[in-house]
Amino acid sequence: MSEPLVFTFDVDGENFTSAGEASVAMKKNLRMLGISPEAIRRVAIAMYEGEINMVIHAGGGKATVTVSSDAVKIILEDKGPGIANVELAMKEGFSTAPENIRNLGFGAGMGLPNMKKNADEMTVESTLGVGTTITMTVNI
Amino acid sequence: MTVSELVKSLDLEILSMTDGTREIKGAYAGDLLSWVMGRASAGNVWATIMTNVNVVAVASLVDMSATVICENSEIGDDVIETAKQKGINLLRTRLPIYEFTAALSRLI
Ligand SMILES: Nc1ncnc2c1ncn2[C@@H]1O[C@H](COP(=O)(O)OP(=O)(O)O)[C@@H](O)[C@H]1O
Ligand SMILES: [Mg+2]
Repeated sequence: MSEPLVFTFDVDGENFTSAGEASVAMKKNLRMLGISPEAIRRVAIAMYEGEINMVIHAGGGKATVTVSSDAVKIILEDKGPGIANVELAMKEGFSTAPENIRNLGFGAGMGLPNMKKNADEMTVESTLGVGTTITMTVNI
Repeated sequence: MTVSELVKSLDLEILSMTDGTREIKGAYAGDLLSWVMGRASAGNVWATIMTNVNVVAVASLVDMSATVICENSEIGDDVIETAKQKGINLLRTRLPIYEFTAALSRLI
């Protein structure tokens, strides 16, 4: 493809059952674009973890996915509470998720580490009381 | 072994079967969804007792060959419907996770 393709999604912070819809939709888009299954898997997992985090921790947000010839770039933006200590949040097992979320199988503190593992590049910008923007790039 | 063959061998209950010819490549057992997403591989059979709708999203994103709900864990019709829509092979057994995966490992 010559021109980059841009997909945008609103991630609803009220509806936990629909959480993940943007990632599942994006997976379908990438499959139609003929991206390799391994790259699709990495994008889908990284984006899903980010999407779930926006729902659990930030009351929802916005996802923008740009597909160019050599990479998929995912930008997740929210106006949630922000992350006090990003380095700590990135550690496997660190989680502030409440009990009801843990009962659903989330809140294992593996989300941000999974995102880092699946993305070739990841940056986290977060300001307390303002929000969080996470940018991930997966080379294809 | 294909998913259809697995269903027959272990007498699994079919909740949603969209591709019985799918080849099984290994398995993963677990209930913590991020853990599953971090560790499971494409083509795995996933054994779990979780039944909320996020299970369908995880099964789809990881590209499991089949998801097997163990211990006859109760599951909502809405979740089964979502599995059908998303093209997920969703099965169920009365066996606990250990017994199911032990039986599975004798087959694959
Ligand atoms: N978008 C976000 N807004 C605010 N806090 C966040 C966000 N994403 C992650 N966090 C914080 O980082 C912690 C670790 O995130 P993660 O690794 O995904 O684990 P989990 O979601 O299972 O708690 C969360 O518990 C939360 O405190
Ligand atoms: Mg998380």
